[in-house]
Amino acid sequence: MGYGIGTRLVEDFLARSCVGRCHSYSEITDIIAQVAFKMYLGITPSVTCNNSSRNEFSLILDKNPLVEFVEELPAGRSSLCYCNLLCGIIRGALEMVHLAADVTFLQDRLKGDSVTEIGITFLKKPEEKKYRRKK
Amino acid sequence: MRARSAGRSLGAGGRRMADAVLFEFLHTEMVAELWAHDPDSGPGGQNMSLSVLEGMGFRVGQALGERNPAWLPPSSSPWAPQAWPGDPPASAWPKCLPLPPRLSRETLAYREELDILKFLCKDLWMAVFQKQMDSLRTNHQGTYVLQDNSFPLLIRMASGLQYLEEAPKVSSRW
Repeated sequence: MGYGIGTRLVEDFLARSCVGRCHSYSEITDIIAQVAFKMYLGITPSVTCNNSSRNEFSLILDKNPLVEFVEELPAGRSSLCYCNLLCGIIRGALEMVHLAADVTFLQDRLKGDSVTEIGITFLKKPEEKKYRRKK
Repeated sequence: MRARSAGRSLGAGGRRMADAVLFEFLHTEMVAELWAHDPDSGPGGQNMSLSVLEGMGFRVGQALGERNPAWLPPSSSPWAPQAWPGDPPASAWPKCLPLPPRLSRETLAYREELDILKFLCKDLWMAVFQKQMDSLRTNHQGTYVLQDNSFPLLIRMASGLQYLEEAPKVSSRW
């Protein structure tokens, strides 16, 4: 469901935000955190980079509007990723701008972690690899 | 799932957290998802999907009412919701659902039918769609017609006949 929403949401985002072309994965992640999240959810997660090859990033959410009225997950559903919709939205939006990415929850406050952390791993496009080999 | 007690106003004066367009996208996906999962594509399956959608809308409407204290009389008022003698104890209620306040005709702030309908047209519609309903008509015999000329969830489908079959699914949730 999140993927379907994300594929449509990115058009609305590009129309309303007028951001220019991004030149690096870290710039893309910054735009997602500081512009998109702010525009749609009113929060600004902080961005950290997880590896030296600069294609794995984390968004740390201090406040998550989607869980505002939730105290705990129901019994028997302790593995439920309550906000997995967000991961799908990010993945769908990135795919519509021709960027393949894996987006998952690394930490979740509803499961007892201290913060909510979404990990974005940009996957290298096969065409890019071919281009580098030719170099 | 245990939910926090009412504390935030969702009305026009309250702080809104998410952009309105997110709700439209989410609603579209929910309808598509519930419809797609039903293996029975005949009238029986369609009725099941429609009743599931309607049930979800019912629960949302309940939650909106519980969470907007502006719609209930103040707690100091004699008309504030009270626990009734016949109520089950709070421990008997499943922990995954919030305990609804028990309201009766006597404790409601709106005592006339027309007041309730006006509340639907003005407050509820404003909280959910950021606009009021366009007209309310009645035959003074218990039948009311609520009219919205630009219903936000259907307006994008309304320009042609392409989505004529899909429209009832989208509107059933309300």
